[in-house]
Amino acid sequence: MSTTTDQTTDHAAIDDSIAQRRELTWWQGVTRSQPFWVLMAIFMLCIVMSQVSDVFLSERNIFNVSRNFAFVGIMALGMTAVICTAGIDLSVGSLMGLAGIATGLVMQAGYGIVPGFLICMAVAGAVGLTNGILIAYLRMAPFVVTLGMLAISRSLAMVISNNRMVYQFGPDQALYLWLGGSSTFGVPHPVWALGVLTITFWIAFNHTTWGRWVYAVGGNAQAARLSGIPVERVLLSVYVICSLCAGLSAFLMVGWFGSVTNALGQTQELNVIAASVIGGANLMGGVAYAFGAPIGALLMELIRNSLLLAGIDALWQQFFVGLFLILAVFLEQLRNRGRA
Amino acid sequence: MAVVELRGISKSFGAIRALNGVDLTIERGEAIGLMGDNGAGKSTLMKIIAGNFPPTSGDFLIDGLPVHFSRPIEARQKGIEIVYQDLALCDNLTAAQNVFLGRELKRGFGPIRFLDHGAMNARAAKLFAELKSETRPRDLVRQMSGGQRQAVAIARTRLSDPKLVLMDEPTAAISVRQVKEVLDLILRLKETGHAVILVSHRMPDVFTVCDRVAVLRRGEKVADKPVRNSSPEEVTGLITGALAAA
Ligand SMILES: Nc1ncnc2c1ncn2[C@@H]1O[C@H](COP(=O)(O)OP(=O)(O)OP(=O)(O)O)[C@@H](O)[C@H]1O
Ligand SMILES: [Mg+2]
Repeated sequence: MSTTTDQTTDHAAIDDSIAQRRELTWWQGVTRSQPFWVLMAIFMLCIVMSQVSDVFLSERNIFNVSRNFAFVGIMALGMTAVICTAGIDLSVGSLMGLAGIATGLVMQAGYGIVPGFLICMAVAGAVGLTNGILIAYLRMAPFVVTLGMLAISRSLAMVISNNRMVYQFGPDQALYLWLGGSSTFGVPHPVWALGVLTITFWIAFNHTTWGRWVYAVGGNAQAARLSGIPVERVLLSVYVICSLCAGLSAFLMVGWFGSVTNALGQTQELNVIAASVIGGANLMGGVAYAFGAPIGALLMELIRNSLLLAGIDALWQQFFVGLFLILAVFLEQLRNRGRA
Repeated sequence: MAVVELRGISKSFGAIRALNGVDLTIERGEAIGLMGDNGAGKSTLMKIIAGNFPPTSGDFLIDGLPVHFSRPIEARQKGIEIVYQDLALCDNLTAAQNVFLGRELKRGFGPIRFLDHGAMNARAAKLFAELKSETRPRDLVRQMSGGQRQAVAIARTRLSDPKLVLMDEPTAAISVRQVKEVLDLILRLKETGHAVILVSHRMPDVFTVCDRVAVLRRGEKVADKPVRNSSPEEVTGLITGALAAA
């Protein structure tokens, strides 16, 4: 009898002690995340720039900035999922070129915008599927596979475009240019796409089994496998999704430019990876934030824009983007050390 | 009928012969202590039963029927739960997320289903309380002590109503109080008709809760007898090889 009473008291004591040691509140969780601090940096930059330049907060400039960063932001969402699994996708920039040219050629040949879009996504899906199968099922290194795909996609874009620019988009040309280059309720269409996708990714990352499994595979693939998670399928899915994001971004960008060459998206992979990492995605895997992608992309675009408005030579652009990238990773490390 | 029966199980990793013709039978409500020196093949045997990899040769029967597992989830579906020696946890997830990894609770309408964070955290909190572990469901495993991590791994086996629970050194990293909780848990499992295999280097654990003790030496079973007919001294001799067999 006495053991039973002992056990009940023990229970109560432990319940109490657990209740007393408060867990992280929602707000504490937010303030500990990297995207939050990058967002703070963005606010600081905006305050400084609004003093330095009259143009900075003008409607025109905000419109430009928001549209420019949307393309990188959309791709960074997909990249964030890949990086969360401890992978990398170097082929997104070249894929933009390939998917963009494919879209252009189809629409130039007289097909409407729907076939154009479907071809764009089919090309992207095929590239993602190839990456994913090689990485997930044949267990090849993501860096090598996607580096190969970077070369292959760009080359294919050159071949099928015959090195010519496409600037006529058939019967739906006006609609296409409106879709990529105009805005609704004052917000550019690519930004709409980015907003919807960011919320979708946030839900997928935090409230679906798929998201949970992506984090688990990045954290400890072996443990995930032992828990019965289909690790290969999860890996395949992130590469396909990353490629589809690049395809969508290319589709919108061609509509915005009103023309496409096979150089579309050249070196974009670096900006996309940088945006994801500045947004808190950890290349070691297991850490990623849906909101980090647009926030990282926004910071990079703001740096570019600020340098321009401050009259600093555009050649300095990459220097500062690189500086922020390294700084972001360094700060993340510092905060982790403080916690451990 | 035996819950699990192993007949002549052998396992080779290339040139290394980790297990050599091991027989083992376990009944409902029975706990077996599996002992042996480092590298004797204890974890290998556990992993075969848990479906991590198939044996090189030998038969494996559950409830008298032969089975062939190629993935851990198949063993789990047959009612076998395991606490791995290295715990197999994801450091970047919380305690509750680890407990429910691979069998997340969901809610929603029709095909649209989302994770039920509240239910999973509440259930995990209950399981931790049952184990008398001060583990909080929302804490990241990365920041946890060895004992808390162990509680998470043990809590995972409590989600279902398994036939057989395998525990590979579950008391290696935990405090005296928690050791008692794990041993109590094993006793409770026995009372409710579950079978348990406990791998441990701690003689008192085995002699307190187990009905039988089996000793592996260099991949061969050298003893398998009721604990009441054995003694810590004898088992020590069997493990080291001072005693050839018993
Ligand atoms: N995946 C593997 N590949 C190759 N050899 C392995 C593998 N797993 C185990 N072994 C070898 O099999 C033998 C038995 O290992 P096992 O892990 O089963 O020992 P153990 O009895 O659990 O030891 P410990 O008490 O240290 O946990 C060892 O020689 C080990 O090196
Ligand atoms: Mg072992």
